[in-house]
Amino acid sequence: MKPYLAQARTEIRLALTQGESLLVTIGIPVIVLIGLSLTKALPLPSTAKSATSFLVPGTMTLAIMATGMVSSSIATGVERSYGVLKRLGATPLGRPALMAAKITSILVVEILQLAVLAVIGLLLGWHPEGNWGLFALSAVLATSGFAGIGLLMAGTMKSEVIIGAANGIYLIMLFIGGIIMPISSLPGAIETLARLLPAAALSESLYHAIGVGGGIPLWAWLNMVIWAIGAPLLAATSFRWEQ
Amino acid sequence: MPTIEVNDLYIAYGEKIAVAGISFKADFGEVLTLLGPNGAGKTSTVEAIEGYRKPSRGEIRVLGLNPHKELSKLAPSIGVMLQNGGVYPRMTPLQALRLFHGYYKKPLDIDYLIELTNLKGTLKTPYRRLSGGEKQRLSLALAIIGRPKVVFLDEPTAGIDPEGRLAVREVIRSLKSQGVCVLLTTHDLEEAERLSDRIIILDNGKIVAEGTPEQLMTASSGDFIRFSAPSNLDLSELAAELNTAVTEERAGEYVVSTKATPEGVAKLTSFLASKNIAVGDIRAAKSSLEDVFFALTGKKMDSEVVGEQSDRHRRGRRR
Repeated sequence: MKPYLAQARTEIRLALTQGESLLVTIGIPVIVLIGLSLTKALPLPSTAKSATSFLVPGTMTLAIMATGMVSSSIATGVERSYGVLKRLGATPLGRPALMAAKITSILVVEILQLAVLAVIGLLLGWHPEGNWGLFALSAVLATSGFAGIGLLMAGTMKSEVIIGAANGIYLIMLFIGGIIMPISSLPGAIETLARLLPAAALSESLYHAIGVGGGIPLWAWLNMVIWAIGAPLLAATSFRWEQ
Repeated sequence: MPTIEVNDLYIAYGEKIAVAGISFKADFGEVLTLLGPNGAGKTSTVEAIEGYRKPSRGEIRVLGLNPHKELSKLAPSIGVMLQNGGVYPRMTPLQALRLFHGYYKKPLDIDYLIELTNLKGTLKTPYRRLSGGEKQRLSLALAIIGRPKVVFLDEPTAGIDPEGRLAVREVIRSLKSQGVCVLLTTHDLEEAERLSDRIIILDNGKIVAEGTPEQLMTASSGDFIRFSAPSNLDLSELAAELNTAVTEERAGEYVVSTKATPEGVAKLTSFLASKNIAVGDIRAAKSSLEDVFFALTGKKMDSEVVGEQSDRHRRGRRR
């Protein structure tokens, strides 16, 4: 327990003191939320009650993706290339506790991010509507999927490649993940692709869970469950601890 | 039960055989050094003993455990200094020491370790901005923070600064006095000679010699006297006078195969005086590990490192 706690503290501190990481985990989601809520520059879904009813769930999706996938893959990739993972393998911490500490850190950072976005959303006139249980369940499933993708990259790619790939996916998902505009406003083929990727399923779920209410569509559930199970499995089987 | 026991260890990476069937043991309170040029199989061997690699064949026991399968049981009792890295690049030495302090049941005092490895001036500098020597010293401190029973130091003096060299010596002496088993790898002959109780010389994945530094050096060509004088002296007369072999190694550089006793030196100088030969200098030279290594493998320790691990700073040879 003591090694796990020491590691979890360290993981959280490292996540919250990395400038570039804070930009994608907090900075960009906050800017997008404030900017688009005030300017209404992009289309909203026809069912939206207000700009924030769509943008708060959307930017929360962005935040969860940033922590689960972008910052965890970059950090873990750097640790792998610096031999940190290798060195920690020969300490009493061990790999299971290391993974547990990483998951703890991701969840703690996400809670902070979601709290910041919720407060800003409320100030911008958001009225939460729906079901917090569904919200938590969707967030956890999606985190598992995103973290799986992140670790898949961290365990197989060079750290320089990971930085490019993770930020690239982040940017693409920003546009086709139902985050800043509904996927229904995308061209047909891209909309279909978006429904297969994990971001749009989460934004759709959160939109119903805390934006406008109503049930989460079946495709989103299927999408989240498959990614939540498949990506970590794939990561676990392909992960190489040394570069 | 030996502390470390290696039986017929083979390690292959695909087609390439890194370690080709070696066996050895090490005990508590012993400093065992694996010596050899880069590519000899030292790191592969050590990493297999640390549990990082699965042997292709053969058996390893550390404190009675199989390190690859039972690493989690073994980890609290071992300390590891990797050849490179091992610390978060953004972490300062103080943060790293505190983190590792949290991993162990009865860790050493952090201030004591800072003092021992002379890290005081670096405590607030992120790891990636430390000098090579500072990184090595931190890595050494982290290897011993958990009061290990077995310590693995992989090239602890490669690229190290003079302070680090002293710290390594100090730490090894103190570990040995506490009965810790230390497994060291190096291609640095001087360090091997100075620090080891026993040395295993590896070449191409095989053990080519094994023994205490003294045994290894006595077993080879023995001691000799070197002197410089005008080239092309008549060696046969000198050899007959001294009753031993004399060779001209290079023009004007002579080697007399006799122990550098006062008597031997006196004989040589009186011969040179009688012939009125101008002498540059006379040195009594002990056979070094370098000579031993050369005699065993026909290679110089530093000869084949070009291109391999070229990022590592290499220290000059001592002679």
